[in-house]
Amino acid sequence: MRRVLAFTAALLLLSLWAAPAALAGDGYSYVYTYTYDYWEDMRESPDAYRTRLMISGGSLGLAGGLKTPQGLFVQGEDIYLCDTGNNRVIQLRLNADSAEVVRVIDAFTGDTEPLTFNSPRDIYVTPEGDMFIADYNNNRVVRLDKDLNWQLSFTKPTDATFDQNISFLPRKLVADVSGRVYVLAANVNKGLVKFEANGKFTGYIGASRVRYTWYDRLWRLLSTKEQRAQQEAFVPTEYENVALDEDGFFYVVTKSFNESDLTSGEAEPVRRLNAIGDNILVENGASPVIGDLQWAAGNTNITNSGPSRFVDVTVLQDDIYMVLDSTHNRIFGYDQQGNMLWAFGGVGNSDGFFNRPAAIEHMGQDLIILDEAGSLTVMTPTEYGRLVYQAISEYRRGDYGASADSWTKVLSQNGNFDSAYVGIGRALLQEERYEEAMSYFKTAQDRKNYSEAWRLHRMELVEENIGIIFAVVAIVLVVPPLWRRIRRVIWEVKQAS
Amino acid sequence: MSFSKTSSGAPSGRRAWWNRFIGSVRYSFYVMFHPFDGFWDLTHEHRGTLAAANFFVILLLISRLLTLQHTSMLFLRVYWPKVNIFQQCASLLLPLLIYCVCNWGLTTLFDGKGTLRDVYMATAYALVPYIIGSLIVIPLSNILTVEEGSFYTVIVSATAAWSGLLLVCGMIQVHDYTLGKTLLFLVMTVVGMAVIIFLMLLFLTLVSDGIGYFISLYKEINFRLN
Repeated sequence: MRRVLAFTAALLLLSLWAAPAALAGDGYSYVYTYTYDYWEDMRESPDAYRTRLMISGGSLGLAGGLKTPQGLFVQGEDIYLCDTGNNRVIQLRLNADSAEVVRVIDAFTGDTEPLTFNSPRDIYVTPEGDMFIADYNNNRVVRLDKDLNWQLSFTKPTDATFDQNISFLPRKLVADVSGRVYVLAANVNKGLVKFEANGKFTGYIGASRVRYTWYDRLWRLLSTKEQRAQQEAFVPTEYENVALDEDGFFYVVTKSFNESDLTSGEAEPVRRLNAIGDNILVENGASPVIGDLQWAAGNTNITNSGPSRFVDVTVLQDDIYMVLDSTHNRIFGYDQQGNMLWAFGGVGNSDGFFNRPAAIEHMGQDLIILDEAGSLTVMTPTEYGRLVYQAISEYRRGDYGASADSWTKVLSQNGNFDSAYVGIGRALLQEERYEEAMSYFKTAQDRKNYSEAWRLHRMELVEENIGIIFAVVAIVLVVPPLWRRIRRVIWEVKQAS
Repeated sequence: MSFSKTSSGAPSGRRAWWNRFIGSVRYSFYVMFHPFDGFWDLTHEHRGTLAAANFFVILLLISRLLTLQHTSMLFLRVYWPKVNIFQQCASLLLPLLIYCVCNWGLTTLFDGKGTLRDVYMATAYALVPYIIGSLIVIPLSNILTVEEGSFYTVIVSATAAWSGLLLVCGMIQVHDYTLGKTLLFLVMTVVGMAVIIFLMLLFLTLVSDGIGYFISLYKEINFRLN
């Protein structure tokens, strides 16, 4: 008994002593650019973008400066931005190290009333120069041609599906090639409000699904009618912003979700909608597309705490997209498969930091970020960022060898980048160098590709060693019966003698 | 060691002990395939030894460590920064220990014939299929691909189920219970284990709070004196 007691005590002591020490982290250092690895640990990354230009109302020489600007759009060489507080739209053009005002649009001509804007929130410009402007407080979307002649107003739908008690307050919009307009309006949670090119309302697209848990169902079942009326209504979420990609699919972001649904991938704060409103965003990465994977939960006393909440998204070439987060004012980049490329930014007044980011657009590979505090930041990719873009685009073109070379260059700058290992591994796989590919996939913890590489390598091994395998099988099958027979013969001989 | 007390004949040197140990280890194969007979003779006919039981438990620890180290990435991902070998061992040994103590404590009150030693031996012998299974799947995992993963899961779950059945048979024979009573007491044992763990945690928290009190007292006095 004493031995048992001593053993227990020793075990207890051992387990206490062996309690894992917290990994020491330096809470003071600030990492500007980072990624996450498979284990959702933050990994420092070389800077992918740096600030090329900071533009403010003052530097543009605008009377009244920029007052809570909300909307941003890039068409060709031109940047259009909605100076919401000053009720005007400003068209800019970027030079190498400055920006100039092309025109200030605060009124237009045509047969409608009023001919000015009231809190314009967003703008969309077609390649021909036609402008769609979400004129928020005038309850309309106006279409102007490039010479500012009024063409059409999209107003509150008279359809029964649109709640007639609320005003039509268009916040964000996009238009497709045929002139259809898709509007996100305040207090409308049925998705994108869709208007035909002639201004006719034709329904909604992409309302997010409403999720009941079994607990919700049970609770509603047990409550009385009055209680049910008082409970929070189960309504679909409202989208925060919308963008179009090159193929005409909508990218939308939403801020309303349960924190607990994020890591499981159910919240889907970023969605890619097809024409009938299904979310077809590819999320094959190690983690769902939710921005930060680690955050200080629950403590609302700390400003800027909690998960990433996205306010805008922009889609670059090769289906790479950037989402803008308003919690930590960061930008998260994802590739077409949903792997995080980088996260950078932060709260502050210095270059590359933001106060109240409202919108993000891209011009080629450059990013343009609009800050509600009244500034525009133009960021351009570093050599590292360009290499990543190059590697992705070479792989998508099918140029696997060149892609592997680019990924190798990326790795030499950032050994923490799982996508680079996978990229090299996939190129090796294409070149039928399975064993090497396996080691790269293993480093990146890519189970699917590792399994495929191993299957092919195993086939090779079997083919190479088929003789040995047959020999071993034959020996195993033949030797024991033979041995038994020999022993029997020996035994019989002994018996006989 | 304690097995010398239980060995049937007079202790006759190292070699006799070794033969008996090997015999009792090999006896586990008989137990695997003839559980009722095997578990009866294990304790009642002294076919098993504590040494063999300890050997199986050590083998269980080794198989756990080998699993962590050598299972293919396709079936098990190990986050090495958080792996602690002592914690891994404790996570196997402590439940085993608590199970044996709890089961023995409960069954003793309800006509169970088994001693703590019997319960421990039966449990250790019941673990053998699981140990063999986990040792087999380590090399197997390095041969299979993800698509063939069902072989892996089938072997792991089948051997675990086998061990579970053996445990039930072992408890029936050790305590001389009916099947129903055995199952009832297995459930009761789980409840009892939860209670023991709760009390242990309570105890540890209280002790650490107590120690913390004296430490802060010491700090305060130190601070005042300086």
